[in-house]
Amino acid sequence: MVKFDANLLAETELVYTDGGILAEFSWSLVVLPFVAALLITFIGKYLPYKGAEIALGTIALIFIYSVSLMFIHITEGVASEFFVNVGSIGQFDIEFGWVVDGLSIMMYFVVGTVALLVFIYATNYMEGEIRYTFFFTSLTLFAGSMLVLVSSPTLIQILIGWELVGVCSYLLIGHYWEKKDNSSAAMKAFITNKIADIGLMIGIIILALNTGTLRISEILYQSTHDYEKLSKVAFAAAILLFIGAMGKSAQFPLHVWLPDAMAGPTPVSALMHAATMVTAGVYLLARMFPFYKSMAPEALDIVMLFGVITLLGAGLIAIVQDDLKKVLAYSTVSQLGYMVAAIGSGAYTAALFHLWTHAFFKALLFLGAGSVIHAVHSNSMLEMGGLRKVMPKTFTTFIIGTVALAGLPPFAGFFSKDEILASFNHEGETTFFFIAVLGAFITAFYMTRAVSLTFLGEYRGHGHPHESHNMMTTPLLTLAVFAIASGWVNIPGVYTGFTDWVTTRKTKIVEYHPESFDLFALSSGLIAGLLGIGLGYYLYQLQGSAETGDDKIKIQPVWTVLENKYYLDHFYFRFIIDPIKINISKAVDKFNTNVIDRFINGVGQIASLLGGIVYNNLDQNGIDRFLNMSSSGTDSFGGRVKLLQTGRTQQYLMLFLGGVVTISLLILFII
Amino acid sequence: MIVQPVLVTAAALFSLGIYGILVRRNAVMVLLSIELILNAVNINFIIFDSMLADSLMQGQIFTIFIITIAAAEVGIGLAIVLMLFRNRQTANINEFDLMKW
Amino acid sequence: MEIYEIVTYFTLLLLLFSAARVVTTSNVIHAAISLVFTLALTATLFLLLSTQFVALVLVLVYIGAVIVLFLFGVMITRAPLGKNAELDNDKNKLIGATISGAIFLLFSYILINGFDGEIVITSGSSTELLGEILLSRFVFPFEIVSFVLLAALIGGITLARKDEALVDEDQV
Repeated sequence: MVKFDANLLAETELVYTDGGILAEFSWSLVVLPFVAALLITFIGKYLPYKGAEIALGTIALIFIYSVSLMFIHITEGVASEFFVNVGSIGQFDIEFGWVVDGLSIMMYFVVGTVALLVFIYATNYMEGEIRYTFFFTSLTLFAGSMLVLVSSPTLIQILIGWELVGVCSYLLIGHYWEKKDNSSAAMKAFITNKIADIGLMIGIIILALNTGTLRISEILYQSTHDYEKLSKVAFAAAILLFIGAMGKSAQFPLHVWLPDAMAGPTPVSALMHAATMVTAGVYLLARMFPFYKSMAPEALDIVMLFGVITLLGAGLIAIVQDDLKKVLAYSTVSQLGYMVAAIGSGAYTAALFHLWTHAFFKALLFLGAGSVIHAVHSNSMLEMGGLRKVMPKTFTTFIIGTVALAGLPPFAGFFSKDEILASFNHEGETTFFFIAVLGAFITAFYMTRAVSLTFLGEYRGHGHPHESHNMMTTPLLTLAVFAIASGWVNIPGVYTGFTDWVTTRKTKIVEYHPESFDLFALSSGLIAGLLGIGLGYYLYQLQGSAETGDDKIKIQPVWTVLENKYYLDHFYFRFIIDPIKINISKAVDKFNTNVIDRFINGVGQIASLLGGIVYNNLDQNGIDRFLNMSSSGTDSFGGRVKLLQTGRTQQYLMLFLGGVVTISLLILFII
Repeated sequence: MIVQPVLVTAAALFSLGIYGILVRRNAVMVLLSIELILNAVNINFIIFDSMLADSLMQGQIFTIFIITIAAAEVGIGLAIVLMLFRNRQTANINEFDLMKW
Repeated sequence: MEIYEIVTYFTLLLLLFSAARVVTTSNVIHAAISLVFTLALTATLFLLLSTQFVALVLVLVYIGAVIVLFLFGVMITRAPLGKNAELDNDKNKLIGATISGAIFLLFSYILINGFDGEIVITSGSSTELLGEILLSRFVFPFEIVSFVLLAALIGGITLARKDEALVDEDQV
């Protein structure tokens, strides 16, 4: 890869317009959900549908707006941004605003469509559950936060949207917080994301300090035109931003929160942990893509490495999961690995194309799983089976989603996965190419396993499951149409509209587009998919039931490692969380007595050799005592200071007024 | 007539109110002392209004607002004291130490 | 010295005395009555400064309503009527006197050094003008204050009302 490509200096040759009044009023996309969330909070409970109608109406408006934006974008090609200055900190103008260009319009459309269908689905799915109104408040708030994030023209707004999305995710995962597991899953998601957010924050600070601006478009302009200014910090900033993206987009080793996040209600899993929130990281990488490409190509290699590790690792874990939602969760992690790896290989459009198709078919799969869980009242696939007879609509749509994910033509996943494979092949990353093909094989295999255990064979659970309500199956059918057709917008050699949509930006995107089908990549991907499906069907249908199917492929040590998710959680708990939770006070104390004290003692002894008795006395009675006091003193000092907190108003007032008088006297007479 | 004596009287009223707040045990007496403080502020507003001969009479208008807010404050304050008394059988503010460590 | 100034200074002296009574007397009822005197003297001062309307509002609202509320409060909380040595927190007396004395000195210093001027006494009533200004220029704050009063009214009722459910719970 070239370090600084002169070609990048060329201005974009794509023709774009400012989008007119429709783009100018796009702020309403962001503001509407927040207003709606407020409304639902205050008056939702008194409405006939408990606030769901406000949520649905808002999201329908957003959907219509995003469709019209998309329409003018296809016909005219819009790329514009708007800023509202709200003040300044030092040299930095703090600006909020909204971007209307190919990338953000694509995200508006994905968020709008998937959210609308999930909201419709949720009105029925969540019926009669506790905190119904609150659920819709948080869900609407989430849609708003996601729109804040994807409409952001400045890094500061990205950070705000990023955190808001994290908070909403916390609220929604922990929706049933009466159960300890769920609240700790929510906490895990929040904290894991927070760790990643620190990376993002430092990255943003580095970028802002070195470019003197928070506007993304200006940073991208500088990174393609002013090599000297950023070159020193580019790699560090790129890696730090990627750490942020790792958290939200669940990349190894920070992916651990996503499977646990399945504790939330299924619509939440479908909306946030499959279609929108987890794409935030990919979106960030795509938004900053010109910066990565021209300033930090080494960072892109690292991005690709992590993406590939994730896509293979998570795919393997998905094979051993018995919980239907967890299979889909690991599948999501694996597909996110594809997207991140695609960005890493420099295939901007391929990554976004996979994001686009994946959002639809993974939302479909999750909602299908929700429909099944709603009917069976269990998450475990071992208690399902034979549901194709009783739930024909769910079965059909789930099959469509599975085939789309496995990548068979003419379904959506085929085109997007093929473009990623073709890009790997083009970049000459042979090892990664074959890992990705292996990933496709694994994907097809675990999805076939899931379908076999859930829908085929005989029913193993309790009760009499039945097909879900129309409110739930209609979104499924709609998403099925998307899962079939959303891939047709970017067929190499036939119609490549999607490429034009997402590359219409103020900054030029330099990347590789396959002009026609890469037959080698295409056939490897297709064969891998078919083999996976075939093997899955053979093992779980022709050879026997759930248990015996797993027995056939069980290689004991490997299986144990996979079932324990590579012991990553154990590792985190053993070496990071437990030490902090249980041992930190002990550790600090130990450090104090063993390291600092011993060090000081050592210094004292050497000094006593050198300086004699006087110095020794000073050391023993002065410094040493001081240090002992500092270790034990913190506790007793805290104990004493808390006594100030007597709860007596008059005493507080006295302290307060005494302080006021003292400070006033100081200001009047001394300063 | 010069303004200083009146201003100093207002300051004295203010500090007497502070003294009352700090020393009184009965919560109703504390509220009473707060009224003294508000009254001191009222006097200052009226004095400055007269001194500046403001055509908008902002001093007087603010005084009216302060009196209104003070009435609201007394209403709420006494309701709270009443509530506390009902739960604790005392109006001694030293017994109300729910915010204690 | 004119008669006007003598009256004013005399009012101020009485004002100080009665205010001191409010915070020093050991009889709850005397404190409340002293506050009535303080407010009445303040109203007198306002009349002397020819702000008749404010003086009237003070008398009506404070002496008419607020003091009655206070007396209710005193009676409902069963404060011991008559002399009561327990009324003051003796431990706080010294430090309270120090702090309030310091505040008094501080304020006096600032006020005496900061302001120098004559009181302008306008003859006649300014009430009509005040009403016009209050309902034109200051109509928005006026409305807000009325809203605050409403909220306080509702809040006071909610707090002070004997909640039957709560009482039952206490007994259980």
